[in-house]
Amino acid sequence: MTPRIVELRQGLLKKNDQIAASLRLRFRDAGLFVVNLVSSPGTGKTLLLERTLSALKARGGRPAALVGDLETDRDAQRLARSGVPVRQIQTHGICHLDADMVARHLDAWNLSSLDVLFIENVGNLVCTSSYDLGESCRVALLSVTEGEDKPLKYPGIYNSADAVVLTKIDLAEICEFDRDAAHTHLFDVRPGVRLIETSAKTGEGMEDWLAFLDDRHQAHRSATAP
Amino acid sequence: MHELSIAQALVQQVSEALEGSVPCRVTWVRLRIGAFSGVATEALAFCFEVVTRDTLLEGSTLEIESIPVAIRCERCQREVELPEAPPLRCPICDTPSAAIVRGKELEVESIEVEDQKIPRMEQH
Repeated sequence: MTPRIVELRQGLLKKNDQIAASLRLRFRDAGLFVVNLVSSPGTGKTLLLERTLSALKARGGRPAALVGDLETDRDAQRLARSGVPVRQIQTHGICHLDADMVARHLDAWNLSSLDVLFIENVGNLVCTSSYDLGESCRVALLSVTEGEDKPLKYPGIYNSADAVVLTKIDLAEICEFDRDAAHTHLFDVRPGVRLIETSAKTGEGMEDWLAFLDDRHQAHRSATAP
Repeated sequence: MHELSIAQALVQQVSEALEGSVPCRVTWVRLRIGAFSGVATEALAFCFEVVTRDTLLEGSTLEIESIPVAIRCERCQREVELPEAPPLRCPICDTPSAAIVRGKELEVESIEVEDQKIPRMEQH
């Protein structure tokens, strides 16, 4: 029997992309600015987020966070100390968050009462790049302890980022971190991307990071205003 | 290792596309995977074998077309294919470009399907 050909021509992440699109509408309707934070494990996502949530709250903001890990709710407990709404997503072995996991963890949250939602993704530089979570802005972190050539080794994630935060700059000297090389490598995979240098520990660069968030939040608000 | 999730999504999408059609089995699956898609094709092929067991796709051939990265170079005013990426720089004039026009594909293109013979009712 002659086989017949069925044309499908569809994305393999179609289902995820559909859920992400409906999340994006939900976020827009609630006036919520959503930031997806991605990096390898140990880059300092949680500390940056801890300090960011506290700073935003102190300024009268209404931030919240969803935090993804394979197991445990340790990060959620840490972040909850900032006094803002926090939820843990345990993926039980899955190496990335997908849009469905995010949607399922928003139940019973009044999104209109929030202004910024951070999604701390699972620490992974490969898989997280493929999954749209309905975010307004994707921020990739790179720490000075990881080496300057990380962007070259994992181009996909840095290419998909709207901005890159260089973390742990208080350790730059001791790690003999080569700033120029890092910039060059980063620009090789994402020409012109905004780079913000921070140390959540000493507070250095945190104002730049918060100003960046404000700018993007404003731009997002104007772009999605009815 | 998200190739497993992607292979599962593939089986689900193909099965849904064939829902309601005559009994059949899939003999061939064609994918288009970009070099910048973040998917390792060897890992995907391995997962494909595992997740297609006991499905309509069991035993089918997986064919993956790899799509090289191409960028739009503003200085040259045209699309250029990059033999190696990164860097995302025009191989002709060395200008960096963030405008990727190809190379992020993660798509199922088509499948080949063999319809099963429906046994005739015996006449008495």
